[in-house]
Amino acid sequence: MLLIPCPWCGPRDETEFTCGGEAHIVTPRAPEDLDDEAWGEFLYLRTNPKGRCAERWVHTHGCRRWFNVLRDTVTERILTVYEVGARPPQAGDD
Amino acid sequence: MTERNRLEAGGRIDRSHPLEFRFDGRSLTGYRGDTLASALLANGVHLVGRSFKYHRPRGVLGIGAEEPNALVQVARGAQTEPNVRATQLMLYEGLEASSQNRWPSLAVDLGGLADLASSWMPAGFYYKTFMWPARLWPFYERAIRRMAGLGRAPAAADPDDYDHMHAHCDVLVVGAGAAGLAAALAAARCGARVILADDQSEAGGQLLGERYEIGGRSALAWVSGAMAELRAMSEVRVLQRTTITGHYDHGYLIGCQVFREPGQPDPVGVPRQRLWKIRARRTVIAAGSIERPLVFPDNDRPGIMLAFAARAYCNRYGVRSGSRVVVVTACDDAYRTALDLAAAGVGIAAVVDLRPSGSGHLPRQVRARGIEVLIGQRIVGVRGRARVEALRTQSSAGGAIREIACDLVAMSAGWIPSVHLFSQARGELQFDERLGVFVPLGRLENVVCVGAARGTASLRGALQDGFFAGQVAAQACGLAGREEAQDIATVEPEEAPLDWRGIFGAASLGGRQFVDFQNDVTVDDVRLAVREGYDAPEHLKRYTTAGMGVDQGRTGNINVLALLAEARAEAMTTIAPTTFRPPYQALSFGAIAGALVGPLHAPTRKTPMHDWHAGRGAVFENVGQWKRPRHYPSAGETLQAAVDRECLAVRRGVAIADVSTLGNIDVQGPDAEAFIDRIYCTRMSALGIGRCRYGLMLRQDGMIFDDGIAARLGEQHYLVSTTTAGAASVFAWMEEWLQTEWPDLRVYCTSVTEHYAQIALSGPRSLELLGPLVDIELDAMPFMSMREARVAGVPARVFRLSYTGGPGFEIAVPAGRAYELWTTLFGAGERFGIIAYGTEAMHVLRAERGFIMVGHETDGSVTPGDLGFEGRLAMDKPFIGKRSLRRADLLRLDRKRLVGLLTQAPDCVLPEGAQLLDEPIDSPQSAAPVAMIGHVTSSYFSAHCARSIALGLVRGGQARLGDTLYAWVDGRAIEVTVTAPRFLDAAGKYAYG
Amino acid sequence: MSGERTAIVERGSRTSIVVRGDARDVRFVRAMAAATGLEPPVAPGTTAHHLLDAVLWLGPDEWLVVSETQPGHALASRMQQALQGLHAAVIDVSDARVVYAVTGAHARDVLAKGCALDLHPRAFSLGQCASSLLAEVPVLIHQRSAEPCFELYVARSVGEYVRAWLRAAVREHLHASGGSSP
Repeated sequence: MLLIPCPWCGPRDETEFTCGGEAHIVTPRAPEDLDDEAWGEFLYLRTNPKGRCAERWVHTHGCRRWFNVLRDTVTERILTVYEVGARPPQAGDD
Repeated sequence: MTERNRLEAGGRIDRSHPLEFRFDGRSLTGYRGDTLASALLANGVHLVGRSFKYHRPRGVLGIGAEEPNALVQVARGAQTEPNVRATQLMLYEGLEASSQNRWPSLAVDLGGLADLASSWMPAGFYYKTFMWPARLWPFYERAIRRMAGLGRAPAAADPDDYDHMHAHCDVLVVGAGAAGLAAALAAARCGARVILADDQSEAGGQLLGERYEIGGRSALAWVSGAMAELRAMSEVRVLQRTTITGHYDHGYLIGCQVFREPGQPDPVGVPRQRLWKIRARRTVIAAGSIERPLVFPDNDRPGIMLAFAARAYCNRYGVRSGSRVVVVTACDDAYRTALDLAAAGVGIAAVVDLRPSGSGHLPRQVRARGIEVLIGQRIVGVRGRARVEALRTQSSAGGAIREIACDLVAMSAGWIPSVHLFSQARGELQFDERLGVFVPLGRLENVVCVGAARGTASLRGALQDGFFAGQVAAQACGLAGREEAQDIATVEPEEAPLDWRGIFGAASLGGRQFVDFQNDVTVDDVRLAVREGYDAPEHLKRYTTAGMGVDQGRTGNINVLALLAEARAEAMTTIAPTTFRPPYQALSFGAIAGALVGPLHAPTRKTPMHDWHAGRGAVFENVGQWKRPRHYPSAGETLQAAVDRECLAVRRGVAIADVSTLGNIDVQGPDAEAFIDRIYCTRMSALGIGRCRYGLMLRQDGMIFDDGIAARLGEQHYLVSTTTAGAASVFAWMEEWLQTEWPDLRVYCTSVTEHYAQIALSGPRSLELLGPLVDIELDAMPFMSMREARVAGVPARVFRLSYTGGPGFEIAVPAGRAYELWTTLFGAGERFGIIAYGTEAMHVLRAERGFIMVGHETDGSVTPGDLGFEGRLAMDKPFIGKRSLRRADLLRLDRKRLVGLLTQAPDCVLPEGAQLLDEPIDSPQSAAPVAMIGHVTSSYFSAHCARSIALGLVRGGQARLGDTLYAWVDGRAIEVTVTAPRFLDAAGKYAYG
Repeated sequence: MSGERTAIVERGSRTSIVVRGDARDVRFVRAMAAATGLEPPVAPGTTAHHLLDAVLWLGPDEWLVVSETQPGHALASRMQQALQGLHAAVIDVSDARVVYAVTGAHARDVLAKGCALDLHPRAFSLGQCASSLLAEVPVLIHQRSAEPCFELYVARSVGEYVRAWLRAAVREHLHASGGSSP
C-alpha cells in the first residue's frame, strides 16, 4: 500500500485517497470549436506511461484537497507532490 | 518418562508441564515448549503423512516454516484445520491431530499404488493424458480432484475471533536470531521505535538449536540478556510467533501473530490470530536461512531429515530423532550434527561427505571423537520404506557400494538465505558462486538484509551485520543516539567451502530423487520438462509444479534451478529465479477478515427513524451502506400485497416515507449561481429564492451521472439534493471541479446529508394533515417550492414536491429531532389512515409517473436525450458534458431511448434486464442470432393502474410507439407494446411534475 | 503510559459548525475570534481551544467549531453575523455527528485495530486532530487529554456500527484492566 504524502496532512495510507488519473490534461477553453475527434481525444486518450507519471490525487478521507503526485509506475516511488495548477517539476532522479 | 526418544535432560521444554495429545487416534505425551513435530519424534513417530501425488510415506524433514512433509489436520469437534505444519504447531493439552492424504490409514494407503505407477506419471502427465476428448475433462477433473489435495476444509463457520492491528515504527526487524537481536538492540539503543517480529515461540532463531557461545557464555544466555534489555525499553515492541508474510510498497508489511493454535481453547479472550499491518520507515530483514536438502534416490524416506533439524530437535527439545545416525553432507556445518548428537549420547554410524576432502576444524573434531568420516562419496540409495534402514554409498570414482545401517539420515547441502521478503519488495538477487545460492544484490531503499538472510555464514558476521544495520537504520530516521560498534567474541571454527555442484545424483542412478517433496517433483521430472522445452524457470515451475505447494518450495526451489542450469548446460548466473510474491506463509481467511465479520462485516448506516421502522416490521434493503425500509408487511402479507397497499395509500389518502438517505449539499458563495448552472445541464440560475427544480448532472462525456432537486435558499445559496447512492460522489465531484478547474469561482460546498433527516408526506390528504401542524400557509406554497417553517414546533425546511407523481411534501429537520417529528406526523395522520411506505412502493409510484431512477434507467451510457430531456437542456449556457452531447454518436437516431412497455397480460411482470427483440423466436435453438434492440429497465405491478407496467430503453424510442416487441424471458418471447413512458395522468391533468 | 483503565464513552451529538473561509484574510480571523473567542488554527491537524469550545482544523479553508456549552443555532447565527460581507460560509451541522471518547492505558491499541494513523505521542500530540478512517468509516479524531483521551467524531448514521466495533475492539482490555464500554 502506497504511503502518499498529502501536502497538508503529511504521509497517509493510500486507502484515504482517490486517484483522479493523469494530471495536466488541459480542458479546452472553447470545446465547441473542437471537432469530434479532438474532443474525443481530450476525453478518452491518456498516455499511461511506464515510469514517471504525473497524476491527480485527492485526500478523500482527510482534508479533501486535490494535489498532483509525480510517481514512478515501475518502482512505485513517489518523487514529489505539488499543487494543482502548478507545472510538473522537472526534477532530476531524486 | 514415557517418550522413548526423549533425552534424560536438556532442551528448552518445560518438563514440569507434561501434555497429552492424540495423533491419528493414538494417545501420546509431550511437554510444554514442544512442537507437535518434536513431540512425535520424542515418541518415535517419524511417519507423519503421505505425499501429494504418489502417496509415498513421508516423515519430518525440517524444524520450522520450511517443512514440506509434516502437514497435519487439527480437529476439535466440528472444527478442523488442514495443512498445519507440525513443526510450527505448539503442543497443547488435548491437541487432536491426524495425518493427511491417506486412505484407509497412514500405514496402509491404497493411494500408494500411484507410486508403483509413477513411471508413467511424469511431469505434465495430467496435461498430456486428459486432454482428449475435451468434453470429458469435467469428468477427469472430478476424479483427479478426489485423489489430490491435502487435508479437508472445515464445513462449519470458524468460531474463533481474529483482529487486525496497525503499527508504526522507525525500524522493523524481521527475525529474532543473532543478527535480528543485534539490529534491534542497536536501533533501540539509539532511541528508535522498534518492532521486532519473530515467527518462533521464543527469540533466538537458529541459536535455539545450536550450542554456540557468544562473549564467553552460552549464546542463549546472550539472547535472554538481549531480550530483557529490549523488553525494558518503552519504544520496543516484541512480536513473538509473528510471521512477516508480505512486504509491500513504501515500507508496508503484513504479519500474522498466533496467540492460539487451531482447536486450542481460549481462556483469556484474546483473538486466535492477529494480522499486523506495519508501516516501517526502515526494515532490517534478519529472516535467517533454510537448510538445503541433498538429492539422491529415495531421499524422501521417513527418517531422512535436514542436518540442522536433527541436532536442533536434540539441543532444543531434548529429542533423539534416531539411535544410529548417518550424516550426509556437502559442507562442514553438518558435522555439528554429528558432534551434538554424539555429545547427547546418540550413536553416529558415519559422516558421509560428498566433497573430495574433509579437513576443516569440524571434520577434525568429528574424527577425534572416533567417528568414521567417508569423503568423496556419492549416495546411490537407501533401504527402507516407512523408515530408513540403511544408506547406500560409493566412492564418486566408482567401486563397491557400501551399505551403512542407520535409522536416521541427517543431510545438508549448505544453507539457503531467506530472501523472500527482500525479493517481494523488488530486491534483486544474484547468484553467489561460493554458497551456491541466491543472495540479495546490494540493498533496497530503506530495506536491508543481514546475517544468514544475506548469506553471512558466521555468527560473528551475523552479529556485526545486525549491529551495523540497526544503527544505520536508526540514524537514517534522524535519531542522534549513538551505539558503539560491537565486536562480540564468538567461538567459531573456520569452515571449508561447500561443494554445491556435487549434490545431485547422476541420471543413471535410477530411483526417484526428489527435489520438491511436497509436490512430488523429481530430478527426472525437471530434466524431462527441460527436454520438452519448458526450460525457463517460470515455465518449468508451472509445468512440473515444483515450488507450488503450500511450502512454496522453500527447500526445493534452489535445487530445481540448479538442475535446470545443469540441464541447459549453462552457469547458474544465467538463471533468474522466479519472483517471490506474498504471502511468505499462508494466511487464514479469519486473519484476513479480522473483526469485520458478522454484524461488523461492513459499516451500516441507519436513519434516525430506523428503530421505528424496525418496530413496525419493516423489511430492510441495503442501498449502499444504508438500511432502508423496503416495505412494511402486515402479518402474513406478501411483498406485492404490502406494496399494493402502500401505493394505493399514496394515491388515495396519505402515506409517510423516510427519505433521509438522499444526499444534501449546501452550496454558497458569490459565484454559487454560476457554479450551479455549470453543474446541471438544466438551467438553475433562473430559479427564484424559495423555488426548486429537478435537474440532471452529466459527466464530461455527456452521460447522466446523478439527478435530484436543487432549491434556491438565498441569492447566493443553494441546496442540492442527490440520490442516496450518489451523495458522496456528487459532493466529491463538485469539490473536484471547484479545486481543479474552477478555482476562480468563490463557492463553498458542504455536505449536510447527515445533519438533516427528511420525511416525505405523500398523497391527496397530505396537505390536510400537514396544514394544522405548520406555522406557514401551505396553500400559498406553489409546487416545487421551499419554505423555512416550524413543523410541530421543530425548525424545518418544508418542500412542496414529490417523487411519486402526486401531491406531497418533504420536510427536512435536524436529525436529532426527526424521530420526534416522525411520530408526531404519524400520530396526526392516524385519522387519515396514514401508513408508512418503503422504497419498493416509491419505485412503483415514480415509474407510474415515468420518473427515471438513476441506476435503473441510466447505466453510465445514457444521455439526457435518450431519456427525452432534450427540451430541458439549457444549451445557451456552459455546463459539464455539453460538448459531448454534440458528438455524432450521441446524436444518432437509433440510440436506445426511454419508452413505456405494456405486456398483453396485465398480470405479467417482466423481469428487469430482459432483452427486447423485434421478432419473436420460437426457441433458444433458433438458427440465426437475433438483434437485441433494447432492454427492460424498470418493471412492476401497479395497483393503481391495475396492471403491470415497465420502462425500457429501445432503439428508436418513441418513434416505435404502438409497435409490438418481444421480451425474451426464460426461453420464451413475451409480446409487449411500446407506449409513452408514463402510465399515470397521461393527459397531464395534475401539475405535480 | 498511565495505568488508567481503558474505556469507551458515548458522548452523543455536540454543537458543531463548519466554517469555510480564508485564514490569510485578517478580517476573517478577527471575525472568527470575535464570534467564538478562538482563532482558526492554520497548521494542518491542529486545534485551538478554550474551556469547552474548540476549533478543529479540517482543511486549509475549513474548520469545525465545536462547543459543549452553546446551542448550535445560536453559535451559528453569531458567527454568520460576524462573517457578514466576507466570502465565508457557516453551516450548522450539530446533528451530523456523534462523539465517542476512547480513554485509558490501551486507548491507542483500541484505535490501532481499525485506524492506520500513527497516534504515538511522537507523531500525534495532545490537542492534535486528524480526519481518517476507523473500521472503514470516516472519522475525525481529536486528542483531548494526555490521559490519553481520544474523541472520535463519526457520522450519526454509522454511530451504532462504530459503537459495536469499539465494543469488540476494547474487549480484550476489559479482561485485563476492568475497563468499561457502552
